[in-house]
Amino acid sequence: MENWYWMTLVVLIGLTVRWTVSLNPYSGAGKPPMFGDYEAQRHWQEITFNLPVKDWYFNSSDNNLQYWGLDYPPLTAYHSLLCAYVAEFINPDWVALHTSRGYESQAHKLFMRTTVLVADLFIYIPAVLLYCYSLKEISPKRKMAVALCILLYPGLILIDYGHFQYNSVSLGFALWGVLGVSYDWDLLGSLAFCLALNYKQMELYHSLPFFCFLLGKCFKKGLKGKGFVLLMKIACTVLASFLLCWLPFFTEREHALQVLRRLFPVDRGLFEDKVANIWCSVNVFLKIKEILPRHIQLAISFCLTFLSLLPACIKLTLQPSSKGFRFTLVSCALSFFLFSFQVHEKSILLVSLPVCLVLNEIPFMSTWFLLVSTFSMLPLLLKDELLMPSVVTVMAFLVVCVTSFPLCESTSEEQLQLTPFAVSVRRRLPGFTFLPRIIQYLFLSSVITMVLLTILSVTLNPPQKLPDLFSVLVCSVSCINFIFFLVYFNIVIVWDSKNGRNRKKIK
Amino acid sequence: MAAFTLAASGDHWFSALALGVTLLKCLLIPTYHSTDFEVHRNWLAITHSLPISQWYYEATSEWTLDYPPFFAWFEYALSHIAKYFDQEMLNIHNLNYFSSRTLLFQRFSVILTDALFFYAVHECCKCIDGKKTSKELTEKPKFILSVLLLWNFGLLIVDHIHFQYNGFLSGLMLLSIARLFQKRHMEGAFLFAVLLHFKHIYLYVAPAYGIYLLRSYCFTASKPDGTVRWDSFSFVRVISLGLIVFLVSALSLGPFIALNQMPQVFSRLFPFKRGLCHAYWAPNFWALYNALDKALSVIGLELKFLDPNQIPRASMTSGLVQQFQHTVLPSVSPLATLICTLIAILPSVFCLWFKPQGPRGFLRCLVLCALSSFMFGWHVHEKAILLAILPMSILSVEKAGDATIFLILTTTGHYSLFPLLFTAPELPIKILLMLLFTVYSISSLKTLFRKEKPLFNWMETVYLLGLGPLEVCCEFIFPLTSWKLKYPFIPLLLTSVYCAVGITYAWARLYVSVLTGCFVSKTKKQ
Repeated sequence: MENWYWMTLVVLIGLTVRWTVSLNPYSGAGKPPMFGDYEAQRHWQEITFNLPVKDWYFNSSDNNLQYWGLDYPPLTAYHSLLCAYVAEFINPDWVALHTSRGYESQAHKLFMRTTVLVADLFIYIPAVLLYCYSLKEISPKRKMAVALCILLYPGLILIDYGHFQYNSVSLGFALWGVLGVSYDWDLLGSLAFCLALNYKQMELYHSLPFFCFLLGKCFKKGLKGKGFVLLMKIACTVLASFLLCWLPFFTEREHALQVLRRLFPVDRGLFEDKVANIWCSVNVFLKIKEILPRHIQLAISFCLTFLSLLPACIKLTLQPSSKGFRFTLVSCALSFFLFSFQVHEKSILLVSLPVCLVLNEIPFMSTWFLLVSTFSMLPLLLKDELLMPSVVTVMAFLVVCVTSFPLCESTSEEQLQLTPFAVSVRRRLPGFTFLPRIIQYLFLSSVITMVLLTILSVTLNPPQKLPDLFSVLVCSVSCINFIFFLVYFNIVIVWDSKNGRNRKKIK
Repeated sequence: MAAFTLAASGDHWFSALALGVTLLKCLLIPTYHSTDFEVHRNWLAITHSLPISQWYYEATSEWTLDYPPFFAWFEYALSHIAKYFDQEMLNIHNLNYFSSRTLLFQRFSVILTDALFFYAVHECCKCIDGKKTSKELTEKPKFILSVLLLWNFGLLIVDHIHFQYNGFLSGLMLLSIARLFQKRHMEGAFLFAVLLHFKHIYLYVAPAYGIYLLRSYCFTASKPDGTVRWDSFSFVRVISLGLIVFLVSALSLGPFIALNQMPQVFSRLFPFKRGLCHAYWAPNFWALYNALDKALSVIGLELKFLDPNQIPRASMTSGLVQQFQHTVLPSVSPLATLICTLIAILPSVFCLWFKPQGPRGFLRCLVLCALSSFMFGWHVHEKAILLAILPMSILSVEKAGDATIFLILTTTGHYSLFPLLFTAPELPIKILLMLLFTVYSISSLKTLFRKEKPLFNWMETVYLLGLGPLEVCCEFIFPLTSWKLKYPFIPLLLTSVYCAVGITYAWARLYVSVLTGCFVSKTKKQ
């Protein structure tokens, strides 16, 4: 009874914050001719509603791909179609072919915001609640605190309800996948993850840990007996769900290929705009985009991504565990974000989701990361005039985290999960006891830098010669933070099993 | 780290609650605001650009200054900060002026003055007796009370969406109550006198203050049976109390007496020319009376007792005209409402005099005064229910019986505020916030009093659950029906009558509990 009502309160607070943020402007509000992501989503409704399936991804007189052409997998298109039916029911002008381009009105905004809220309410929020409810070995109050923190994560709220996107759908499906796989409902888990993958191709960031974890499970059961059966079952599930999603596009070979070309626009370059990843930061000193030919850029980014996620993935395959799985999700997504090709600033949400899942284990580092991740999107949020809700939601998130977890007391080696690492370093360097202290100082300096940079970019006009000065600074600072986190998470993952052995030895 | 350590120590939960609700208020900045926003902007302009002698005469805008002088001075003080935001909002001829900086300034002025409310709530929490507190923080009466007050749904939507300054005014009232609890009577009286000169609606609860201070402060002792000992009367205390009230009033009204403007000021403060009920009927006795009248006239027409030609048109086409004309029942005059109010208040005041039960008895009487005037007052606004809800919160965490009354009163009272926000984007906000507050208040008080008998009987449960279908009918189903154009007032009428039942019930129950408390202990003594 009591848990039930705390959970209701948590959901209500989450929903209230979401809806109040949604009263703010969306991306590209009143900015013709291209508008922004809001118009993109509306345009997809228009396209999917008025054109036959076979024309969705092709350039035609009715479908100008230069103007927000559909570049997400089929599930997004189906979702747009579904929304379009509702829109057509309310007001046919909203999805009329050609004439509805750039349509904006208060009622339409309300409708679009509602579609996000509904999707969130049915996919993401239940997954978060179920995840927190099934956490082991903690009190019900703490479970609710974790749920509240996850639901109030400002990055996702600001992008979905401020900027306007449907990230909660793909992230929600991915979370259902994590839930399924962690609690041995492997088939349902893989089905949910396939849905996520078919909603947004960026979910590929999460795919390797899923693959390795499931493969590791099969190895564990023995590849000649039960493990093989499981592997086959999973493979069939994945194939079947992909087939189902892509069914209308398999009529012609060319058709499926065109969809793939739309999903992976290799010719768009190493990076666009300002992203807090390696390439954009290195670009400040070295114009890689101009120095190296396209295919070498692709090769380099592929190699670096692969190398950086290799240790964690090998580890997970050899010793599959639910905790290791979540940590690997973080490190893999982060590697992808930092090193891969054509990354968007919003893709950091794909890292934030698994970080939310380890909030209970390492509250200090997770809170820190989630703050940095929101900060890394500052240029985008400022462009959308979302300064006020950003500051408020970030502060609300911080307040909730600080009251839920005793953050300042959780910087010991034990709580940072760094004990095994510190122990093994101390074998060589006996004086290595200052790690928590260093991390506290790093945290302080990182927070101060973020606050200062936010104030600077809000109050000052950048010098004429360097119009992007502040956004580049924001990206570089966030990038440095992210590299630190990548190292940290890899250390935790790699040293993790030794931890287990050490414990046994001590016992 | 310093901030973190601070937050982690001692009362950090209170700061977290206060900070949390402040952030929520900041998120509400872009929401809809009513004409009261323009009212207060106009007052800023009046006080800023005109000499005092003109304040109560200025009538460029229809929203003339109709609050007492302290509030005018408050606007005057605010206007000196406002000029750094946007000079244009201080021009009295800029009717309906709006800019994003004006919005920010006005919204933040409400949010920041709420600091006084936070302090008052903090003081109130100290007055709760914490004998039977559980170890769990969230089950402590103090914690529950601070959530009930800080996160009060009514204050949130009336102040931070609709736009008014009830937060710091309620803060003054709660603070003066807390001072009376702490036996700092002079301070309490001073604060209340100041409050009266901020907003005269608090006159409704003045009888409780007057009688309590006279009985329990000016008479220093009682006979063993609880009746007053006339010889214990302290002249010093009466004179010092009188002096405080006199000085505060002199400070506030003095300039206007000197300017010989008192009749004008009073005509602005007490506009009896308005109708019996506000545009939307506040859920009180008169709402039931009007509804009965309407029902009788409809029945009369059906059964041919009434002549259709003699019925005033206005009363049949809409319930929303300011001057509601009764067809069957006698019309109500301001004097009649005044007499009704006085009669309704009297028993509670008598109780306070003959059977003083310390500050708690005073608080009960105060709530009864507020509720009685809400029930029978002339041109009552639905927002006035907050006057009873906030002090009632303090009672609710101490006794299970009071908790029941509080829950019925707040849930219906808060629901009756729904018509204040009628725009589509605010619909989810009001429903979500209302659910948040109601779910919290009901479940936390249930947990607090879980050892006693259930808080609601089946009738009360059904009534409260009925609010759900009512909301669905009024705001989701009704707009889709063809009646929307023909009878646009039906949702408002339903809401106000339905809520009037609950509030009348809560009022009656509270009265019964106070009177029985009064008589039972008397007979016991005998």
